[in-house]
Amino acid sequence: MDPMDAIKVTFFQECDEQLAELESGLMALEEGEGDRETVNAVVRAVHSVKGGAGAFGFEDLVKFSHTFETVLDLMRSDKLAISADAMHVMLRASDVLADLVHAARDGGSVDQGRCDALMEELDQLAQGDAAPAAASAATPGAAPAGDEPLYADVEPDEWGFVPLRFVMEDEPAGEEVWKIIFTPRAQLYAKGSDATILLRELALLGDCEIEVDDTLVPSLDTLDANGACMAWTILLHGDKDEAAIREIFEFVEGDCDLIIERTTISAAPAPIATPEAPPVVAAPPVIAPVAKQAAAQSAAAADSEGKGGQAAANATIRVDLERVDRLIDLVGELVINQAMLAQRVAETGVARSSNVALGLDELEQLTRELQDSVMAIRAQPVKSVFQRMPRLVREIATATNKQVRLVMDGEGTEVDKTVIERLSDPITHMLRNAVDHGLESTQDRIDAGKSAEGTIRLAALHRSGRIVIEVSDDGRGINRERVRAKAIEKGLISPDVNMTDEEIDNIIFLPGFSTASAISDISGRGVGMDVVKRSIQALGGRISITSNPGKGSTFTLSLPLTLAVLDGMVVSASDQTLIAPLTTSIETLQPKPGEVRRLGPNRSVIAVRDAFVPLIDVGVALGFRKEAAQPDSCVVLLVESEGGGRAALLVDDIQGQRQVVIKSLEANYQRVEGIAAATILGDGRVALILDVDGLIAQRVSEARAETQLAKAG
Amino acid sequence: MTHDEIEFARNRLELISFRIGEQEYCVDIMAVREIRGWAAATPLPQSPPYVRGVINLRGAVLPIIDLANRLGFGVTEPNPRHVIIVVRIGNRVVGLLVDAVSEILTTTADAIQPTPDVACDAVKRFVKGILAVEGRMISWIVLDQILPDQSLEEAA
Repeated sequence: MDPMDAIKVTFFQECDEQLAELESGLMALEEGEGDRETVNAVVRAVHSVKGGAGAFGFEDLVKFSHTFETVLDLMRSDKLAISADAMHVMLRASDVLADLVHAARDGGSVDQGRCDALMEELDQLAQGDAAPAAASAATPGAAPAGDEPLYADVEPDEWGFVPLRFVMEDEPAGEEVWKIIFTPRAQLYAKGSDATILLRELALLGDCEIEVDDTLVPSLDTLDANGACMAWTILLHGDKDEAAIREIFEFVEGDCDLIIERTTISAAPAPIATPEAPPVVAAPPVIAPVAKQAAAQSAAAADSEGKGGQAAANATIRVDLERVDRLIDLVGELVINQAMLAQRVAETGVARSSNVALGLDELEQLTRELQDSVMAIRAQPVKSVFQRMPRLVREIATATNKQVRLVMDGEGTEVDKTVIERLSDPITHMLRNAVDHGLESTQDRIDAGKSAEGTIRLAALHRSGRIVIEVSDDGRGINRERVRAKAIEKGLISPDVNMTDEEIDNIIFLPGFSTASAISDISGRGVGMDVVKRSIQALGGRISITSNPGKGSTFTLSLPLTLAVLDGMVVSASDQTLIAPLTTSIETLQPKPGEVRRLGPNRSVIAVRDAFVPLIDVGVALGFRKEAAQPDSCVVLLVESEGGGRAALLVDDIQGQRQVVIKSLEANYQRVEGIAAATILGDGRVALILDVDGLIAQRVSEARAETQLAKAG
Repeated sequence: MTHDEIEFARNRLELISFRIGEQEYCVDIMAVREIRGWAAATPLPQSPPYVRGVINLRGAVLPIIDLANRLGFGVTEPNPRHVIIVVRIGNRVVGLLVDAVSEILTTTADAIQPTPDVACDAVKRFVKGILAVEGRMISWIVLDQILPDQSLEEAA
């Protein structure tokens, strides 16, 4: 890759981070949770985007971020109140900024009208609200912040460089500062103390203006190398305790003249006459802002992380995902290899207490730990998905003319990256539904005695080894009468069926219930919920809904924490070892004679506590044998499909429960009906993972089964 | 380097030849990843008979194609003397079950004769050309269509 392109890629990666920080900062401010540091973080984010954009020549981006930054800057200097209206404009501005960044990255275009309109609004914010305050606070000589065009009317120079004019931050008038006059005596140096270190310490207390008094420095020929001839005057900003300042000079108190006093300076800083100041002395003020910024950043990070229920962020590195995946694959193989080794050793009949067996036990522990740690690398907080949602909700709210507040919870909940990537669409869909169909219109809400603003809650949590995502609203809930009527009208259910509330709620997941046009006039939910359900099921997840008329509905979806491993039941059928996903298994039974009944020429059902469940002979269904096995010599695994249907899988034997690493069949071959994936067993052989839904659907062609039979036999 | 030598280098082909029954076949060496002994494969349901199943190759699951059966011969009864040639076809890695691997041949593209027009679909589909080496006839196999084509198989 072209080095410039590589830098660009980094820039855009950082932009995404900055944009995320910007949005979360603005939202914190909107909620009234932000402090000064939040404002600083927000300004910094926009400023960084602007800086990078300028370097790459993204003019639109620079222009917009500049206007944006101007307004934010007013806010930082307290010239613009943090009002709900202002925050609303800024949040939308952050959306546009994100669009601009993405347009710059992907080469697309943005809605220019929207962009201009927001620039206008931002300008109004800057001028309208801020002008009076700014005018009174503005100091002579300082450029009025804001309406300075980025490229002042300066012609490009002969090399085509356009001079940039920077808006310098003006000092607030009449600030109280500490004035410290520090005059070291010769003993100070003789004792090994260093004025530079003291000055640096001071700089850590706050912004310093350090001025050196070098009038006593004699000419070189009369200089006493062991003498002391310089003095410093330091103006320390901020309201630090005098004791803190004194503490710095504690050890040199007797060796210097020290005057510390509180004084007021005018806004225009005194010109600092330090042409000959030693560079070491000039260094502290430079260090100070950097140190301060770093501290601020970590504070901001700690703050935002804290909200996600996490400890302060540690140092991180960026790693190519491919490398992590490779590592995970390798560790997966190591686990298999370890299991193979253990099995082989066990076969040789080595005693459990022998050194070899003990060593193997330790190896097993280590590989388990290694696997957990490696999987943890790929685990990510759901924040990366969640943070895109506020914008989505804002946009739908605007489009549907509703007032919506999105509350997010558990953003720090971690889940494997493979799952994260596929969470975005279902969540988007559910949120869209919640705003569009779940919440009533503002007027209806007021009429119903609710607050005008609807609340949507998006939460993530861990529950029994799975991640649970909840989307709830405080809308009107599902109108069961109408859902039922609609379902009957569409022929999905028969009119004389008596259904429980829960069953009616779940109608919305039926395919065919929701076609987009039919739904817009239904006063419930339902746009494409079957699509959501299918994509969730494809991930091995489940989705359910609970609804409370007049109070709202909650969608709950639960997903495995990773798509790389699966808890399975190891079964055998026709000498083949197969894995049934544990999530689908309900119970195992030993069929008694008479419990299995024939139904039709070649189908059977089994009685499970008075209910008849279709019996599927796995060996036959997969074409491993032709004749169904004798049920009473077999074991039955009762499973539930994602659609809620139950079936009994007839297998020869159940070997146990095991966590297996999922290996795709499609990678080197193709999809196989009735098989979800493959895995590798402890003996190194491949075992197939059953696709329970596929088996229940029974789309197994008899002809195929026979060809397979010939081969297997 | 003479002109001929340059030509030779440009057209140079390295092929791995193997036996299926009495006949000899070869594939481009560039496609071959490794050669290993036969290991029992896990049969796959709903697959054509020439797909013997899948094996574990250092953590990857790869399908094993019974090349003899794919070319229209009977189903091979594999024993430990049979060999699996692991080849890359596009993005997939596949094992080919053959009777034995013979040698590495170095030849040029010019030396490949077009496949004689015989009335056999399998030959037309999989044999790209014929190579005559010291009185032996070796058929050059194209791998692109070795895997079952899902759309075709289902239509059939």
